[in-house]
Amino acid sequence: MRKLFFYVPLALFLLLTVFLLSGLFSDPRERESASLNKALPEFALADLMQPQQIWTPEQLHGETFLLNVWGTWCPTCNAELGYLTELRKQGVKIVGLYYELPRDPTFDAPFSLKALQQDVAQKLQQNGDPYQFNILDLERRLSLDLGVSGAPETFLIDSNGIVRAHHIGDINPQIWRAKLAPLYQQWSQP
Amino acid sequence: MKYLIATVLLLLSGALHAQELLQFDNDSQRDLYRSLTAELRCPQCQNQNIADSNAIVAVDMRQKTYELVRQGQERQQVLDYMINRYGDFVHYQPPLNRYTLWLWLAPVLMLTLLLGTAIYRRSRQPQHNADTKSELNTELDQLIKRYRSKKP
Repeated sequence: MRKLFFYVPLALFLLLTVFLLSGLFSDPRERESASLNKALPEFALADLMQPQQIWTPEQLHGETFLLNVWGTWCPTCNAELGYLTELRKQGVKIVGLYYELPRDPTFDAPFSLKALQQDVAQKLQQNGDPYQFNILDLERRLSLDLGVSGAPETFLIDSNGIVRAHHIGDINPQIWRAKLAPLYQQWSQP
Repeated sequence: MKYLIATVLLLLSGALHAQELLQFDNDSQRDLYRSLTAELRCPQCQNQNIADSNAIVAVDMRQKTYELVRQGQERQQVLDYMINRYGDFVHYQPPLNRYTLWLWLAPVLMLTLLLGTAIYRRSRQPQHNADTKSELNTELDQLIKRYRSKKP
């Protein structure tokens, strides 16, 4: 009995220590997206470069691809363009979801598609162009529906248009190998 | 006098032109918007609510909350809208489920364990009754007497 009084609290204490210790190394940003295993939300958004082309979820069916949320204003997004371009060369289909900054009507110049297109073309020429095409989410409605918290973020969408994986932050060789490549393989298989 | 009038007019103009940036149909909508933006959590700047944060996503969520409130949606409808997109994380009052249950149970369990242990230990302690006390007293008296007699 005496031993029990010693070992039970000790065990509880150790359990608590391990629990709190693991908390020190966990990333609070790492959490499961609410859109996981759900179909892409409804949208009808214009192509960034060819605005007459309107993209809807149905048009994206048929092939597994990465939906990369990015913007030229975001340094991390620009930094990952190089590696994403490498992935494109390996045969990974990547679609860009252009995350435009909100504009303050009092202080900011009105939105100009032409200026944005020039900016994007210049950035893609500098750092590499990983995108099959870019969808312009000017009002960030699709981003809100997808639960995007910022840029860069990447979603893995399967051939039926279901969100299968989600990654917050940039994609680099380590992240790709450890997290996304296995899932990409798994969901690309017919 | 001229300056006085000018000053008064200047002071008044501020009050007259004070106008809210967001317009609501009634006060209850305004209160709902305020309470929702205070208890919805910004997914980007964690530990800030969307009223406090100026992250892009917080701006968008505020805008969406405003739209939904203006459409006449209920508190729970707006919360569900956000939770559907950003998960339980986005609300500062998480629901009771199998993960959060422990937050409520753990203190109760600990307290029960502590009380149980205390009561158990109490019951095991030997009882000091009057008999043993008086026996001890006589023993002590004898000891004191013995030591006194040893004095030179």
